[in-house]
Amino acid sequence: MKAISELKLKVLDLLREDARRSPELLATLLGISLEEVKTAIRELEEDHIIVKYATVVNSGKLDDEKVTALIEVQITPERGRGFDAIAERIYLFSQVKSVYLMSGAYDLLVEVEGRNLKEVASFVSDKLSPLESVLSTKTHFILKKYKQDGIIFEDHEEDHRLVISP
Amino acid sequence: MNVNPGLRSEQEAGKSMNSYLAPLVREIQPSGIRRFFDLASGNKDIITLGVGEPDFITPWHVREATVHSLERGYTSYTSNSGTPELREAIGQYLYDSFQVAYEPSNQILVTVGGSEAIDLALRALISPGDEVLVPAPCYLPYSPLTSIAGGVPVEIGTYAKDNFKLTAENLLAKITPKSKVLVLNYPSNPTGAIMTYEDWLPIAKVAEEHDLIVISDEIYAELTYDQKHVSFASIPGMKDRTILVSGFSKAFAMTGWRMGYVCGHPDLIYAMLKIHQYTVMCAPIMGQVAALEALTNGIEEKDRMVDSYNQRRRLVVKGLRDIGLDCHEPQGAFYAFPSVESTGLSSDEFAQRLLVEAKVAAVPGNVFGLGGEGFLRCSYATSVANLTEAISRMGDFVNKLKQG
Repeated sequence: MKAISELKLKVLDLLREDARRSPELLATLLGISLEEVKTAIRELEEDHIIVKYATVVNSGKLDDEKVTALIEVQITPERGRGFDAIAERIYLFSQVKSVYLMSGAYDLLVEVEGRNLKEVASFVSDKLSPLESVLSTKTHFILKKYKQDGIIFEDHEEDHRLVISP
Repeated sequence: MNVNPGLRSEQEAGKSMNSYLAPLVREIQPSGIRRFFDLASGNKDIITLGVGEPDFITPWHVREATVHSLERGYTSYTSNSGTPELREAIGQYLYDSFQVAYEPSNQILVTVGGSEAIDLALRALISPGDEVLVPAPCYLPYSPLTSIAGGVPVEIGTYAKDNFKLTAENLLAKITPKSKVLVLNYPSNPTGAIMTYEDWLPIAKVAEEHDLIVISDEIYAELTYDQKHVSFASIPGMKDRTILVSGFSKAFAMTGWRMGYVCGHPDLIYAMLKIHQYTVMCAPIMGQVAALEALTNGIEEKDRMVDSYNQRRRLVVKGLRDIGLDCHEPQGAFYAFPSVESTGLSSDEFAQRLLVEAKVAAVPGNVFGLGGEGFLRCSYATSVANLTEAISRMGDFVNKLKQG
């Protein structure tokens, strides 16, 4: 892993706050040239540090709410390849949003999204559990999201300040 | 119908009751900022650059620590000077940040905001008729507080051509045999000016030669951008004649907690302590708990907020210049102070029309005293999105003015 420059870290911070900020705005905020910003962004993309510009959606506010489950998976690691091979077999399913190798009581944490409860259930019973090295699964459905990626969904931190003050 | 007879008779008697007031108090003018606030309040679509406080909420760890202390029943008085732990932490913080050393036991007093600290310092020092020198444009309360203490405020103009810095020449021009106190506020509200070590040296020389006591309001000390704040107390020979005033409001986003402190020579602190103990007794313990938590665990969050102000400062200064308003480079606090002279309007007229026609609230410079006319105070303690929108509205407004 290479050391990343202070400037790139600042560009990253500003884009994590709001990915739609233009290079011109970033240049003004950071007090650097447009060229420097463009170079930093290009290199961050080339190095796969920035991998995607995504939108965080407060899905609770949508009617067609999808179902998300976090699944604890215990597995038998494979000789020579440890957990990587089985993780790959799991993350290639399109329903799987994220996969983490964990320390503690289980091995993989798998985030699965489906249109409804039944779809997630059948993914677990038909695809995930039958995998040879999977020993057990424990499925937890997400009931409500309060905060994701540093963003609080319930917007109650309003500006209470007076319009004019000393 | 007014069903409260007491209230009604008070209102009816209102005019004659004025005659009971102390002339000193009767003559104090209400704050010009307040008048503007009344104009702006109640209108929902306004983007405000008029706010003199951080847009961050006090960091959660500070609020949480206070809630925890309440749960444990910390609701009592503290020692008049403030809790020993907090004074210790303030002493350490000032030494680490600005290289000024104060003894927590007798050189630091915890106050109800920096405002109380300024009042205490003026009341402890002023005898009737003493003149208090105040570089302007400046934070509003210095002159009225001087008057309340029986002193005579004397404004010293500072100007855009000097980046609103105080110069020894301008200071000397206002010194008389009655001059006793010099009030300094750098980084400056409203101009954003700072003073460097080299800027301070000639001022220090004048203070020494004319035996001035200096009240240095350093509430914005943490908010400097291209260079570090230099405390006036850190200038050789100045510590004993300086009363350093600061607090938690600005750097730690804690305006509503009303937590401040004052540091200085033990004799001066003792005098202020006497007034403090008979007026407020001690700062609220909840605020002191919060302040201690902020100093102990909040430096990183403070730095993050300062970084964010710096980014917005660049955005606002560039934005103001792009729409054709001259703006010197503010080096501290969170205000830009552009000139509106090119529009041909007075500060007041510009600010009022900007509010009504463009729905952007900013404070006219004339309310800040001598040298403020022709300028506008724009606080950039608001989100990047708000600032972008405010500048765009101001741009349209200025264009409209230029087209007649």
